[in-house]
Amino acid sequence: MDLATFLIQCLNSLQYGLLLFLVASGLTLIFGIMGVINLAHGSFYMIGAYMAFALAPAVAATFGGGFFAVLVVGTVLAVLLGYLLEWAFFSFLYEREHLQQVLMTYGLILVFEELRSLAVGDDVHGVQPPDILAGTLPLGDVMTYPVYRLFVSGVCLLLALGMWFVFTRTRLGMMIRAGSTNREMVQSLGIDIKFLYRVVFAAGVAIAVLAGMVAAPVSSVYPGMGNTVLIICFVVVVIGGIGSIRGALLAALLIGVVDTFGKVFVPQAAGVLVYVLMALILLWKPDGLFKAA
Amino acid sequence: MKPEANGNDAVLLRGRDITRRWGGLVAVDRVSIELERGSVHAVIGTNGAGKSTLINILSGEIPPSGGSVELLGQDVTRWTQPRRARAGLGRSYQRNTIYPTFTVFENCRLAAQARSPRPWAWWQDAQRCEASTGAAREAAAKAGLETFLDRPAGALSHGQKRQLEIAMCLATAPEVLLLDEPLAGMGAEETERMLALLEQLRPGHAILLVEHDMDAVFRIADRITVMVNGCVIASDAPEAIRTNPQVQSAYLGH
Amino acid sequence: MTMRAPLVFVLACFGALAALPLLTGSYGVDLVTKIMVYAIFALSLELLVGAAGLVCFGQAAFFGIGAYAAVLLSPASEAAGLWWLLPVSIVAAALYALAVGALSLRTKGVYFIMVTLAFAQMAYYVVHDTPLGGGTDGIYLYVKPALGSLIDLDGALTLYFFTLASLAATFVFLAVLLRSRFGRALAGIRVNEQRMRATGFSTYPYKLAAFTLSGGIAGLAGFLFALKDGFVNPELMSWHLSGAVLIMIILGGIGHLRGALIGAFAFALLQEFFKSEAIFGAFAKHWHLGLGLAIIACVALLPRGLVGLPAQWRERLVGRSRSAAPQEALNEA
Repeated sequence: MDLATFLIQCLNSLQYGLLLFLVASGLTLIFGIMGVINLAHGSFYMIGAYMAFALAPAVAATFGGGFFAVLVVGTVLAVLLGYLLEWAFFSFLYEREHLQQVLMTYGLILVFEELRSLAVGDDVHGVQPPDILAGTLPLGDVMTYPVYRLFVSGVCLLLALGMWFVFTRTRLGMMIRAGSTNREMVQSLGIDIKFLYRVVFAAGVAIAVLAGMVAAPVSSVYPGMGNTVLIICFVVVVIGGIGSIRGALLAALLIGVVDTFGKVFVPQAAGVLVYVLMALILLWKPDGLFKAA
Repeated sequence: MKPEANGNDAVLLRGRDITRRWGGLVAVDRVSIELERGSVHAVIGTNGAGKSTLINILSGEIPPSGGSVELLGQDVTRWTQPRRARAGLGRSYQRNTIYPTFTVFENCRLAAQARSPRPWAWWQDAQRCEASTGAAREAAAKAGLETFLDRPAGALSHGQKRQLEIAMCLATAPEVLLLDEPLAGMGAEETERMLALLEQLRPGHAILLVEHDMDAVFRIADRITVMVNGCVIASDAPEAIRTNPQVQSAYLGH
Repeated sequence: MTMRAPLVFVLACFGALAALPLLTGSYGVDLVTKIMVYAIFALSLELLVGAAGLVCFGQAAFFGIGAYAAVLLSPASEAAGLWWLLPVSIVAAALYALAVGALSLRTKGVYFIMVTLAFAQMAYYVVHDTPLGGGTDGIYLYVKPALGSLIDLDGALTLYFFTLASLAATFVFLAVLLRSRFGRALAGIRVNEQRMRATGFSTYPYKLAAFTLSGGIAGLAGFLFALKDGFVNPELMSWHLSGAVLIMIILGGIGHLRGALIGAFAFALLQEFFKSEAIFGAFAKHWHLGLGLAIIACVALLPRGLVGLPAQWRERLVGRSRSAAPQEALNEA
């Protein structure tokens, strides 16, 4: 494998890993802070991707905007969706046992799938990246690398930095971290824990939706994409340690590398490698790489 | 009404130079302790003194970083907790570890089953196992719970739950009892009942008692060990402890 | 009095199942055979989740191994001997369960759930991506096994009653097992593993035995499934199926063997209901929506599962019982 190809695979690993991290961070936040197992998290990713496809004509007609306008509109809609969903459905799950949460969010997956099917159908779609990002960068003498993939990595990195900043440097982040370890204490301090949870949940949904929108030109838009990403995200969360954002990042990058290079070297076993990795790590560290932050 | 030191002074449990480190923190620092048959040995100390860690090491739940544990003459330092329990070591916990959804009787019976587990006899109804049902009745009676056998354990009062905790210990007929704050959360009447129970148990067992209730400790203990910051600062008969100046300043606050 | 009601219910169920072929045609027989296979599958998971408290998300692997063993070990052109094919298939599934359990039981909680999923995915990818399992096309079973001339599982009716007998045998076996010393030890491990260890039980061997047994029973279900359709493909090991069987026992009610039966039937019948074009017309192709909403409604309204329905009704009509603490009956069938 020559240097250029190696670099390409590294960049692909990074892009895939960062995207996974983005989706998984929402999952680990929601489980780590609110104790809710949300199987429907993958559906948000799927909704994002289909939004990127379906909103494009509407946004073009209303605002005359292109891809970036779709991203903005989609994110706003996602925040609203997350807020409503938490208020109408998820707030009832906090008291329930984990197994009941599993069942209810499994039902939610089915509902989302069919609503999407009714709204936009079951076809597979491609989404074009915007023209500014549609080019390629030269890599070495012969190879080139798509600019859009670098854009995806960039967006994910930016969002990751944003999350880190909010968590460690803002009051909101401090309240969130406090709320995850001691709910009653935070409430007695006069902080509205319900509002806090709603914000966290809406943020988690928005991040997953945005990830789906941004990923659409790379991974195309198809019905089963939510479930596929869900399983891998659970693997990320578990390897990284439940509730740990740091862990999710490390685990996502690890999986990005294993999966990408696995497909190159051992295409027959590529699917299983991620699971072998998880099994090995859990047997070494039964609680994941990092305990919750 | 404490008996004189009896002739059968066999040391049933011996901890030698037990040390436990968590990273840089030394939770237990070269603590030695002996439990003799027919005596109650109390361990007192402020929170964070290392009492819980000590009792966890003696029972086998966590391994020591240094030192050894001897049970009935055998070195059990590397033994797991179940193995020590089968060899005659009983343990009660500070928080209730009863089975709240089972009846009081089933709580005791399941505990007693550990003595005669026979898991391969899958066709036999566990309720017909004479070994475990007999031992269960005995243990429940000793703990004063005969009239509550059919009640779900979760419906008992707090004091009764603590009694059940002890009964489950007794169901396997252990020789050594490690009791972690059995009087926790008890009112005056319940405390009396528990102390009477301990008094009854004294002759046949070697009892380690970790407790915060000073009155009860001074009434029932034959020997008191005082721990501060993981070290033993005094280990003596109750009267000597009461007048020990170091203990007074460090702990009793007189 | 209340102890007899579940027994009567279970006997009535089996009676109805025995009489069913007289009342419906071949579609009904095929459907109910499938449901009974799911019920055996659900019982295997109930042993793990309900009795031992081990939530396994990889049960489909053992189901699939039982199915693939049945097909791969059958000779191409003649009937395999049922007397050896059945035990071998069960043992194959149990052996994989033994290996998975030995490694997974080191972890706890959500991590345990994910490790079991990982091992199931490994099995899935082996049959999906390698020539061993025939790939996504699957493999056909051309001649069903037979026990001499006594039992020929080629006939739908014979297979129906054979499946019914297997279901009954599994149910009785588990009911007896759960009230034995082993079963009570599992219950103790589920409620308070710390206390079990403090009393002197080495809990790991018990959990491993339950895991292995559960894998074998799932293998039995897979075996029967392969015989029913005469076809196996990698989807029999997919996590969707692992999820579905988990849904079945939660829906039915965890902690009761009959919950697994009820859940399997409810889940399958709900699917049939929402798929039915007679009722929903063209909308029937969106049956996932109805199923999803039904599942959400069931969990929201029935926190104890369908099994808890009579108790919930009673509480509504008569008022809450005086004893607030829930009590487990010892013989939870």
